[in-house]
Formats: sequence, structure tokens, C-alpha cells
Amino acid sequence: MEKRAVFKSWWLPVVFALPQLLLILFFFYWPVAAVVNWAFTLEPPFGGPAEFVGLANFQEAFSDPFYWNSVMVSLIFATVGPLFAISIGLVLAIAVDRQLPGSGFFRFLYILPYAIAGPAAGMAFRFILSPERGLAATLNAAWPDIWNPAKYGEHALALVIIIFIWKWSGYTFIFLLAGLQSVPRALGEAAAMDGAGPFRRAIDVQVPLLAPTLFFLLVTMMTEGFVGADTFGIVHAVTEGGPNHGTEVMVYRIVDEAFKGLNYSGASAQSIILIGLIMIFTFIQFRFVEKRVHYK
Amino acid sequence: MIQRTPIADAVTYAIMVLGFILLIGPFLVIIAGASQTMQQVNAIPFSFLPENQFLANATQAWQRADLGTAMTNSLIMAVLVTAGKVALSSLTAFAIVFFRSPLKHLFFWSVFITLMLPLEVRVVPTYAVAADLLQPVKFILSLFGGIQIGVDWNLLNSYTGLTLPLIATATGTFLYRQFFMTLPDELAEAARMDGSGPVRFFFDMLLPLSRTNMLALTTIMFVYGWNQYLWPLLMVTDPSYKTVMMSLRSLLPADNGTPDWNVTLAGSLLIMLPPLVVVGVLQRWFVRGLVATDK
Repeated sequence: MEKRAVFKSWWLPVVFALPQLLLILFFFYWPVAAVVNWAFTLEPPFGGPAEFVGLANFQEAFSDPFYWNSVMVSLIFATVGPLFAISIGLVLAIAVDRQLPGSGFFRFLYILPYAIAGPAAGMAFRFILSPERGLAATLNAAWPDIWNPAKYGEHALALVIIIFIWKWSGYTFIFLLAGLQSVPRALGEAAAMDGAGPFRRAIDVQVPLLAPTLFFLLVTMMTEGFVGADTFGIVHAVTEGGPNHGTEVMVYRIVDEAFKGLNYSGASAQSIILIGLIMIFTFIQFRFVEKRVHYK
Repeated sequence: MIQRTPIADAVTYAIMVLGFILLIGPFLVIIAGASQTMQQVNAIPFSFLPENQFLANATQAWQRADLGTAMTNSLIMAVLVTAGKVALSSLTAFAIVFFRSPLKHLFFWSVFITLMLPLEVRVVPTYAVAADLLQPVKFILSLFGGIQIGVDWNLLNSYTGLTLPLIATATGTFLYRQFFMTLPDELAEAARMDGSGPVRFFFDMLLPLSRTNMLALTTIMFVYGWNQYLWPLLMVTDPSYKTVMMSLRSLLPADNGTPDWNVTLAGSLLIMLPPLVVVGVLQRWFVRGLVATDK
């Protein structure tokens, strides 16, 4: 869509856009260029200019079993978390969209967890789902060690995924509700006249019409799961990647490697892989999933 | 409601109540725990009833984590990020939408690409730039003629360093661009016929018209700024610049110390409160901003 009535000036738009472009240049493009540069070079241990080492940094990452572990953890985190968050949001949106008395109240409440920062939520959940106190303690009293995120990697991973789901369900809910409200009422009425009950209508009319929104949410949520600020924040505040690397997601490993291990080149190579992964991923989703999505 | 179906209605309410327990339940646990004594909060099974110890716990948390300083810093950071974002993104969107210029597509795409790579994957070199802001300038100078400058401009431990890299993303620009595109072409035409230049048009017509967008953007950017975690963690070493997300850690009971989780929960509740109030009170604007920026 192009505007017809535009102002003619070559320098004014430059002046208007300059502040943001400068910021982006300094804090986005320069760092991205540096990531690429560092990924293919290595700084000698006793100073001097960085040497070009080709793909050595990538080979180092690929030959490290802990790296593959972090890829696995990220994959689980970024599929299980979004799937649950979207499903919960979908069920709640369909329920609220029936507009029974009082549903406005629930709609108001469901978005609230989204206001909470991942680490702050993490701190609270460390208490709520702690093995010794809070809600899980009763369970542990009956069956000792059935839930212990401090000891078992799988439990810790479940804990950080639960926090992710808690925070993002309200977000998916908002988008799906907005999507449902744009479905013409007449469609539901016609289906009801044909004898379809509320459940049938939800599955055969509403969900297919929500396909674009569901698709959009899947892409955003999975990206969020792989590289989102909350993914890092939750893991860092709750488990610090442990126990025994059980919750070490890819972003956590990159930051850890760079600032604790001071291995900038290794961290940059891992950043590049992550960036590539996200791009392939978005591409596959657009290419293959979109074909089966009904627009309009 | 399309038809009268008592069973479906009952199921709907059951689902909504279940959603309430899942999503709001944790808040109730936090509120109950934050107002109990240490003995009560560690009791098994946990009691969901709030007691009267909240003020005492909150005072203790406030002192332990130095929340006065942290809250002030977070507030300053959130306000600066919000103001910077609202101002800069409206300017850029104006330049992209309302000018016929060959650079327009270059501007658009160079801003658009920033959406793809969040701070987390480029945090190491971004930190390096913040530690020495003139690094890119030095590099360019050394390419053209080998001039060396010895000045370092360090942004670590400053509000500038805390906020500038967070403003350098595209979210707000798209919100404004989307809105500017919906305005009829006749608006700019009429303004031009009446003798208004682009600057006057921007300040006297566009800005007043985009008040709703500004409010929506303000709410989401405030929450975004307040909830920043990784960046302050790296940038700040001086305790007088620490933010609330950094002070969370000092709220935790020590591993072998007294398990005073009531204090931890009271402190976390205080930290959660500002964004919670924004999303609760200004929910209409928040939701609007959310739905509009992400599409």
C-alpha cells in the first residue's frame, strides 16, 4: 500500500529517521557484524589480532556433547511450552467467547500473568512448587522424592516449562479471543440451525477459522521459547541451567559460555547456529504449514 | 449466545474456573504466603488464608534487597525506555510513510530486520559496544587513513547504557507505521493545500491523532522496561544502579539459612506490583498495543 499524497524532500526523512537508525547501527548492526566476525575468528591467548580459523569454532561446538544437550533441552522447551500455552489459551478463549454472564471478569484476570517478568515468576514458583514446602510438599510427604527439581533434571525442566506456560497462556488467550470475535456470528448460528451443538461448533467451525491466528502464535511462541528474554530469565533465576545441565537451554549456554567461560568465539558460533535455526524454522513453517491454513 | 444449552454452559463455567485456578492461583499463593509468619509459610499442607504479617514481611524484604534504590532505578529505566521508544519510533514511522524518497525502503528494511534477532543472541558484542561506544567509529576511522583515537566512551553503570540498547528495536515503529497507513491520503493533501509543511503536519496533526497508539505503546513499553533482566545483569556492577530484577536474587533465603520464604514472597509481590497495576488498570490500551505491535 503506497501513500499518494507524500511530501517531497530528501533531507527531512533522513533527519526524522536518523536518531533511530543511529541507535540501530550502534546497538544492532555493529553487534551482529561482530557476532559473525567472532564466529569465524579466534583471539590468540597472549594478545594480538584475531586469527581467521574458518569453521573451527563450529566444529568445536558440534563435537561438544553438552552443546547437543542444550539443543535437545531447547527443542523440548520450545515445543512443549508453546503447545500447552496455545492449547490452554484456545480452550479459555472458546469458553470466554460464549459470553456467559461473568465471562468479562475472567477475561480481565487471564491476561494478568503476562505482566510478570519470567525471573519474578520463577522466584515465586520456586516456593509454590518447592519439594519441601508450598503445594508439592504434601505430594512428597506421601510419595517421597516424587517431585524434586533440585535433584532431577527432568523435574527441573518441567518446572521451568510450567512457568513459561503460566506466563504465556494469557498472551495466547488474548490473540485467540480477538480472533474468535472476528468470526461472523452468522456462521455459528447457521451451524446451530443444522443441529451442531456447542462442542461440534467449536471443533468444526471456530478452530478451523482460527487457523491463521494459531499459526501466527505457533511461530511467535516457538521463537520466544528458543530465544525469548523470559526463556533465559526463567532458567537463570530458577535452576541456573542445572541440575547437571538438565535445563541448559541454548540461550543460557551462549551467555554462560561468553561471560563465565569468556569464550566469545565459541559463544558467537553458537549464536550463529541459533540464528540459522530460527530462520530455517520460520521458513519451514511458512512454506509447509501455511498451505493447510484457511484464510478467509 | 446462540442457543440455550445448560450442559454446555456448566462445562463453560467449569473451564473458566479451572483457568482461574491455573492462572490466578499462583497469585493467591504468593499473597497468602507473603502475609504469613515464617512458621505458617513453611507449614504442610500450605494454608491459602492470608494473615496479617504482610507489612512486617514487606519492610524486611525492602531492607534486605535495598528495594528503595532498585525500585527507583527500575522506574527511571522503564520511563526512559518508554519515552525514548514512543518519541523515536513515531519519527521513523513518519519518515517511512509520508515521504516519497528512494531511501524509504532502505529505512523500512533496516528497521524491520531488527525484529528477527532479539538481544539474547547478540548480547556479547552488544555488551562490547556498550563498554566502548566509540568502537565502531574507531574502526571506520582506522579504515580511512589509520587515525587512532584513544578516547573510550563507556556506558557501563549508567542509565544511558541501561536504556539505549533496549530502545534500538522495531516494535514501536511498526505500531505507528500501521496506524499512519490507515489515515486517508486526503489528510496530508488537505494539510499541504492549507500551506502546512511536513514538520507542522507531524506535530499539529499526526501526533494528536495518534494519542491512542501512544498510550498503547506506553503501557507495553513500560512493562517491557520494568521487566528487563539479562541486560541490567550484565551492564551493572555498581550497586547504586541495580534494578529490581537484579535484587530478586538477594531476596532468596540462603541455602542453609532460615527459610523465611514469607519475606521472599512479600518482596517478589512488591516487584511484581507496578507492571501488574499497569496491565490491570490500563488493560484496554495494553491489549490494543499487544495485538497491534505483533501483527
